[in-house]
Amino acid sequence: MLEIKDLKAGVEGTSILEGVNLSVKAGEVHAIMGPNGSGKSTLAQILAGRDGYEVTGGSATFEGKDLLELEPDERAKEGLFLAFQYPVEIPGVNSSYFLKAALNEVRKHRGEPEMDAVEFLQFVKEKMKLLDLREDFLKRPVNEGFSGGEKKRNEIFQMAVLQPKLAILDETDSGLDIDALKVVSSGVNRLKSQDNAQLIITHYQRLLNYIVPDYVHVLYQGQIIRSGGKDLALELEEKGYDWINEERSQPA
Amino acid sequence: MSEITQEQVTQQSDPYLSRFEALEKEGERGGPSWVFPIRKAGISRFAELGFPTIKHEDWRFTNIRPITELPFLPVLEPSRETISEAALNRFAFAGLEAHRLVFVDGFLAPDLCQIESLPEGAIVGSLAEQLKKESKEVKDHFAGQINGEENAFTALNTAFFQDGAFIYLPKGTVMEKPIHLLFISTGSERGMTTHPRNLIIAEPHSELKLVESYAGLNDIPYLTNAVTESVIADEAHVEHCKLQNEPGEAFHMASLYSHQGRSSRFHFHPIAMGAHISRNTIRTTLDGEGLECVLNGLYLTYGKQLADNYMTVDHAKPHGESHEYFNGVMDEKSHGVFHGRILVRPHSQKTDAKQTNKNILLSGNAVVNAKPQLEIYADDVKCTHGATCGQLSDDAIFYLRARGLNYPTARRMLTHAFAGEIVERIRMDTVREELDRLVWDRLEQMPRLAQTAE
Repeated sequence: MLEIKDLKAGVEGTSILEGVNLSVKAGEVHAIMGPNGSGKSTLAQILAGRDGYEVTGGSATFEGKDLLELEPDERAKEGLFLAFQYPVEIPGVNSSYFLKAALNEVRKHRGEPEMDAVEFLQFVKEKMKLLDLREDFLKRPVNEGFSGGEKKRNEIFQMAVLQPKLAILDETDSGLDIDALKVVSSGVNRLKSQDNAQLIITHYQRLLNYIVPDYVHVLYQGQIIRSGGKDLALELEEKGYDWINEERSQPA
Repeated sequence: MSEITQEQVTQQSDPYLSRFEALEKEGERGGPSWVFPIRKAGISRFAELGFPTIKHEDWRFTNIRPITELPFLPVLEPSRETISEAALNRFAFAGLEAHRLVFVDGFLAPDLCQIESLPEGAIVGSLAEQLKKESKEVKDHFAGQINGEENAFTALNTAFFQDGAFIYLPKGTVMEKPIHLLFISTGSERGMTTHPRNLIIAEPHSELKLVESYAGLNDIPYLTNAVTESVIADEAHVEHCKLQNEPGEAFHMASLYSHQGRSSRFHFHPIAMGAHISRNTIRTTLDGEGLECVLNGLYLTYGKQLADNYMTVDHAKPHGESHEYFNGVMDEKSHGVFHGRILVRPHSQKTDAKQTNKNILLSGNAVVNAKPQLEIYADDVKCTHGATCGQLSDDAIFYLRARGLNYPTARRMLTHAFAGEIVERIRMDTVREELDRLVWDRLEQMPRLAQTAE
């Protein structure tokens, strides 16, 4: 589904990603862990198409298409979804209006009929239950005045509505208390299927107690320096990032 | 003032002064005799002030030369042009469930008005007629708020006005339906100038919903120079929406003077969409404790338009609350101006005054000048102001695009939302809904917003 090969990128001449390799297939959950400044969020932003990053080498393909050539909205329509680390407040844009427009763009692209207001409302009500969201949620402006937890739940709610093939969760756990973390992760788990995939980006192992990954990768100084199963996350939690670093610096 | 400048002022005002002399001789047109000294004071004030230039601090950003270069043709008698009832439908709010007064070239057009049964003692009609009646209310309040006014256009209006609306709500009167004042300029000649003059009196505990709209039949350079005086007594509530939708070559100068009493509430929503150059001047005197004043404006410009919003909020008593929210969207080479002055007098403790001015420039050639001005002479007050100007937020655009909306759609959605912040504050449901559509359509006409490609 997602093939990243030797991806190199940076901002204004400063290199951040120094050759990232990653392959994600349908039905898989991958976690990317790493200390602050390792390039985790940069990777997420580049995959979603954020301006301002310069790709200097390598490639990223999504379902066989050159991802880096696509506009951010084209990527979304192809089925790539980024749950933002810092969801943006958009005053004046009603949540329901926004989400209906987004859903219909995605549906048009998939060759499905657009939903009218009634169909949309029925469809999203189910999804709202999944994330334990109140009814008035749809009437509020997107993220405006939301608590940190509400914003993160809103991200996963949007993911539930848009049903992407690949969801990238950028530090979705940051700023969440344990109850919110449970709601969010159970939502993510229930959206999981054999046809989609999830890429979880996190600093801490905590989230991975609830969303269990098939693979864990450690991103360090712009490279994936180690990959393994879910146990790798536990090991990291126990020994810290310095452990891998030390291990690497020892001559083989 | 140097001799030369004085001479320039005189030369510039000459056609206006001689036109006034002619009016003076015509007698009848000047209205009842008690009004004439007020007119005379108006023309002398105008002669004193002259038209402002950009050297004047209050007019730094708004060059009105295109107006002063026009021939001065004040409309002093009703137009021969008739407008059919059906033709009214092209104008905003024509279908509104409201009491309606229509003014054509500044004169009341009785055939087009629709006034249904009014509460006892309430008056909704022509100011000219009321001036003749010399009622106490009119004599007490007419031209009562313009003493020492620095605005030459107000002085000119006082000298030349012919008619306008008179609204009087007796104590405790609640008007359920809005009153709609529709001002139509025929624009039959270049330089044609109308001077609508409105007087609104809301006695204690009364409630008024008011819509004032301006439009024109011909797109030529004519001038609407309107003045409205509002007297809002203790505990009275007034919500007033003004839509300026003049044709693109026209000029629109309007001033609102409002005086508020104790625990009164005044919500004013000036929406500027039309005209080549427009200026909306507001001067509110908050003369009572526990009152609330909300000035909530929107200006949308493109092409070569200029929209100026100039206001003074005068906190004359303690415990007053005022909010100004002004949003502007400018495209192409157009120009927005915001000048918001908050004055808190020495004894006006516990004043709560907030001012926000936000602007979006859709084009690199558009300009906005924002000038917030706080003058605070009391020490226990809460006053804040903020002005922003810029493009749409990159973060917000990326967020929308990351959900599948293309760039033009994201930009359009954010711009509509920005204008919607102002429209949403209008409490009159039917007015808000209609204005929401008008603002939407107007934004869709903005060249940069209408673009479908990036």
